[in-house]
Amino acid sequence: MADDLAAGPALPETPVLPETPVRKFNINFGPQHPAAHGVLRLVLELDGEVVDRVDPHIGLLHRGTEKLMEARTYLQNVPYFDRLDYVAPMNQEHAFCLALERMAGIEVPVRAQLIRVLFCEIGRILNHLLNVTTQAMDVGALTPPLWGFEEREKLMVFYERASGARLHANYFRPGGVHQDLPDALIDDIEAWAKAFHRPLGDIDKLITGNRIFKQRNVDIGVVSREQAMAWGFSGVMVRGSGIAWDLRRSQPYECYSELDFDIPLGVNGDCYDRYLCRMQEMRESVKIMLQCVERLRKTPGPVLTEDNKYAPPRRGEMKRSMEALIHHFKLYTEGLHTPVGEVYTAVEAPKGEFGVFLVSDGGNKPYRCKIRAPGFAHLSAMDWLCQGHMLADVSAIIGSLDIVFGEVDR
Amino acid sequence: MSWPVSDDTLSALGADIAAGAGPGVEASTAYGELTLEAPAGRIVEVLTLLRDRFGFQQLTDLTGVDLPDRAQRFDVVYHLLSFTRNLRLRVKVRTDEDTAVPTVTGVYPCADWYERECFDMFGVFFSGHPDLRRILTDYGFHGHPLRKDFPMSGYVELRYDDELKRVVYEPVKSVEYRNWDFMSPWEGASYVLPGDEKGEAR
Repeated sequence: MADDLAAGPALPETPVLPETPVRKFNINFGPQHPAAHGVLRLVLELDGEVVDRVDPHIGLLHRGTEKLMEARTYLQNVPYFDRLDYVAPMNQEHAFCLALERMAGIEVPVRAQLIRVLFCEIGRILNHLLNVTTQAMDVGALTPPLWGFEEREKLMVFYERASGARLHANYFRPGGVHQDLPDALIDDIEAWAKAFHRPLGDIDKLITGNRIFKQRNVDIGVVSREQAMAWGFSGVMVRGSGIAWDLRRSQPYECYSELDFDIPLGVNGDCYDRYLCRMQEMRESVKIMLQCVERLRKTPGPVLTEDNKYAPPRRGEMKRSMEALIHHFKLYTEGLHTPVGEVYTAVEAPKGEFGVFLVSDGGNKPYRCKIRAPGFAHLSAMDWLCQGHMLADVSAIIGSLDIVFGEVDR
Repeated sequence: MSWPVSDDTLSALGADIAAGAGPGVEASTAYGELTLEAPAGRIVEVLTLLRDRFGFQQLTDLTGVDLPDRAQRFDVVYHLLSFTRNLRLRVKVRTDEDTAVPTVTGVYPCADWYERECFDMFGVFFSGHPDLRRILTDYGFHGHPLRKDFPMSGYVELRYDDELKRVVYEPVKSVEYRNWDFMSPWEGASYVLPGDEKGEAR
């Protein structure tokens, strides 16, 4: 047999193909693309299916928040912060209120601090639920978002019961929060927090060990420690690379220093580690929420500062006291005044360090208010993060950067 | 380092940096935050020193402030963060419409987009920047919106024209700019109050 083959006719020589220069492809990704998480336009330069260069075009949702703020009083500016990162609205309000409080030297009552922390952690879960599950959707799984959104819906009801709005809460005030929580709401939040491990466990079982999810996320978009620091990353983007940095712990604000929680860290700095960090952070947030609920039951008291130069007097008081009436009138027409100067305050928002740089000329409006959004710095790294990856990995990387255009474009 | 950092520690650090950075760099402390003022021409040198010798690894933010009454009307403000020493620091430089500030993208690569934003919003130029394009405003936009002489409602508005079958720019007419006068008459308004002119005539 072997002899037959060897003696067979010689194969015709394969013709030499001339090398043809391959043109690089330029394609538009977005602005209307479900995996772009909003209105992101990426101009991609592709070498075959490998990404060579990424040029993100942002600003398609630019509303000029910072300019608008300069023409409005401080109290009128609070709602603008809900509309930045609309996935976790109260965390943004928090940064602005902290800036005003530091500038004017306003004391926040303990009960108000607890309510703020409680709702900031609800915001963190709201955000991580959305991010983790839509990241799974970006790489092909359709079920997780449906499960995650069910829990998000319940949390938004808590938002509504506290502030009257599901999304754009406008609940935090310089000096506290707008109104107290009813006892029934505190009970319901506790019941939810105690039951949350079940749906979270379901999502965990569905995604974490999933073969496809791992193939699409492990070793994709690796960020080293040095890169994370040099590129202005914050939040999960630095913790995923193994840097133990969380503003709630390292630069504590409100009553975070009195609460017991852990900071999960990643090891490899890839998309999968960041996903794992987010999952664990949700469990830690539940821990914080339960502690807040317990302490809220034990600490009655005011939820807004009693200093009527900054917070309105109680309605009942206004019926009798002339001074209270004047304070109310002045606060809601002219608004509060801050001393001259500039402050920068930052909170650990779910996406990273959300900062407010406030410049005041002593008036009732901010002279300049710069909003430092974590997503802006993260998105600027898209070019080197995607280089050498396949086109399909771009959407996995965007998913794990946790981009929301409300805050990137402002 | 414990948080919040005491004013004494900050002033000591400020004096330390000012001594190390050479002439023209001044430190001040307010609201528990340390601010350095530096000459614009030496910003790269100052930031390199802060990064390498004082451990400020990250540029968290870069922005501008417009103060049109001043001869050098713009402040460019850099916010730095040290992970290892748990400190924040603000560096300010002054410039005007024509003078470029040296880019700091060589020191902190994330300054790339921040400087683009600052150029877009204020029209501050950064010399040596690799790609100084507009970033947040529309393609083909004119003006620098965060300057104080730019009206809040802008100059043009956008609508879809049904006949041309495309969006068109037109001068703003749907919004009226309202500038409230918050000055209390009891605190000394400098103009004639409504109703007072009758008294004058009598």
